[in-house]
Amino acid sequence: MAAVCFMIALILYIVATVSFLSYSLRRSEALSNVSLSITAVGFAFHTITLIMRMTGASSSAPPSFSDALSFFSWMIILVLLIVEFRHRIHVLGSFMVPLAIVSLISAAALPESEPTLQPVFKTLWFHVTLSMLGTVGFAVAFVAGVMYLIQDRLLKSKQFNVLYSKLPALDFLDHLNQQSIVLGFPLLTLGIVTGAISAELARGSYVSWNPEQTWAVVTWLFYFVVLLGRLTIGWRAKRAAYLTVVGFACVILTLVGVLLKGHSALS
Amino acid sequence: MHLIVVGLSHKTAPVEIRERLAVPESRLGEALARLCSYPGVKEGILLSTCNRVEVYSVVEDVDTGYGRIQEFLADTHLSLSSEQLTPHLYWHTGDRAIAHLFRVASSLDSMIIGESQILGQLKDAFEVALAHKTTGVIMNKVVKKAISVAKRVRTETKIAEMAVSVSYAAVELAKKIFSNLHEKTVLLVGAGEMAKLAAKHLIANGVGHVRITTRTPQHAVDLAEKFGGTAVPFDQFKDDMASADIVLVSTGAAHYLVGAEDVHRAVQERMNRPMFLIDISVPRNIDPAVRHVDNAFLFDIDDLKHRVEQNRAERMHEAEKAERMVIEEVTMILDWMKSLEVTPTIVALRNRVEDIKRAEVEKVLGRLGHLSAQDRELVEGLASSIVNKLIHRTMVTLKNEINSSSGPAFVEAARQFYALDRPAASTQQTETYSESSRYLADSRPQSEADEPTPEPSVPKRAR
Repeated sequence: MAAVCFMIALILYIVATVSFLSYSLRRSEALSNVSLSITAVGFAFHTITLIMRMTGASSSAPPSFSDALSFFSWMIILVLLIVEFRHRIHVLGSFMVPLAIVSLISAAALPESEPTLQPVFKTLWFHVTLSMLGTVGFAVAFVAGVMYLIQDRLLKSKQFNVLYSKLPALDFLDHLNQQSIVLGFPLLTLGIVTGAISAELARGSYVSWNPEQTWAVVTWLFYFVVLLGRLTIGWRAKRAAYLTVVGFACVILTLVGVLLKGHSALS
Repeated sequence: MHLIVVGLSHKTAPVEIRERLAVPESRLGEALARLCSYPGVKEGILLSTCNRVEVYSVVEDVDTGYGRIQEFLADTHLSLSSEQLTPHLYWHTGDRAIAHLFRVASSLDSMIIGESQILGQLKDAFEVALAHKTTGVIMNKVVKKAISVAKRVRTETKIAEMAVSVSYAAVELAKKIFSNLHEKTVLLVGAGEMAKLAAKHLIANGVGHVRITTRTPQHAVDLAEKFGGTAVPFDQFKDDMASADIVLVSTGAAHYLVGAEDVHRAVQERMNRPMFLIDISVPRNIDPAVRHVDNAFLFDIDDLKHRVEQNRAERMHEAEKAERMVIEEVTMILDWMKSLEVTPTIVALRNRVEDIKRAEVEKVLGRLGHLSAQDRELVEGLASSIVNKLIHRTMVTLKNEINSSSGPAFVEAARQFYALDRPAASTQQTETYSESSRYLADSRPQSEADEPTPEPSVPKRAR
């Protein structure tokens, strides 16, 4: 049942992406609400999937990596719906929904029951949830950064095309970028701290410097510098956009690190 | 009754003629009263703007109507003779007149397609006509429809969305850099007409602070007062640039006043907050190399013009959609106008009652099989005479009112009373029939006992 809901959600997201993309590349405003509705229905199915996974037989088991990814894309869509509701920027869907799909497909591609984590302690739940929430913040900052760079390029080259007219103002995107990092960074910090505590409880040492942990620390440092630069020496606008795109690459590498090592350090 | 329009616009008459023909607001009432005093002119509206003077009117006869309105126009403007006027006039009647009004209201006939003033002007003209009671059923309906068509065009097409003037294009671009112009500062360097206009648009769109600098210090002070801003000494404006989110340059200088280095410094001082620079001067006053400065967005007059051209083309494209809407709406209102003609209404009314009568008579006779042929004829005759008497007054009134100004109102009333426009009426009738047959069935024993006279039952059934 959960698998069926998952498939339905995935298919609806794919349809929504096609719809959002054709909205963004055509003059007509017609598809905006259609795309949004499809996304919302997909989100409902996705929610059911998550609830079933949480209350299902495996509820006592620790979160698997695929669950974490599914939760990540669920949050992405939630943020999309909230921003849409508040600012009516439909073009955002063309960027965020594909991101959610990539993560969902990775979640589906992973083997169903890889017991990567020992049923250790409650702290593991906090670690996974907080890290994923932080990642969501960086993902939104990444999307805002990409949109910023596109709009910047269009304005500089004076290409007043359809995408130009649908993309929001530069300072809105810069603000979205900043907000996402300001929210994401403390969450990631807490995620790393709880991760270290879990490691300590499971294995007796906080850090073991495997690729996953190394990348996590690199990512954390990177965003720390980005945030500091923005607040003190004006690393905003185009530079901030570039930096968040690079930063998200670090995030991806960390996640790949987690995947390859299968969280081995903890088990 | 015919709807006609006689008038001239920027498409047919030069400004010398238009300005002489324009009717000042104070004289509109008097002019309208005179218009409707012409024999054969039933209703009238006078639309007088700087780009057009048009008389919309409901007249008895099209050709006499044209003549009368031309006469009226020449009389209103004694400085113009009929001969001078006629070559510039256009005449439309029927669907073309309505389509013309719809196009005018929707700003499809305007000098700048999609501008919004004309709708307000039409509303004003309509209010004046209402105040002077020079409109009737037809004009009221058609003008109200024109206003709603115009609104539909504005909401369902993007005809009015995009900037089609250079000064407004600057505002549109500013909104792609700053989502909210409040709290933003514009620095006006030099005071060319177009720059002033752009500054005015920016202020109207919320820009909070205005700083102005010109070579003549007094000029800057005067302008600052006018815009509610601050004057900045000309030799210091480059240092002031960092505080400006929008820099609008238009001076007569023959060289670059602002170099890439200046902008680079300003952006750095602004901690990389984006800067929007508009150079409306020819020759240019901002070094084009500014394009390579990050977070500074420079647009010169050609960029703005290019944007305007694009938007114009886009508006033309949207106008095609709007034209299709107009055609659609004209068809609908024509149907309504046709329904206002007396003869078809009389025919429809006669058919309607005839149908009702026949159906009722057949039902009754079906149940009274024992009647002789003579009696049957009597029953039929009775039904006919009641029905005819009932609608007699309506018919006579309609015929009498054919040419009066309230004619259309009577026709409209008759159509509503007898539900002549409702195609669903047939189903309603069936219901009435079945009801009446039930009534008949119920009352039968009683009728037999009471030696029935058909009079009381027939009107009841006709209800």
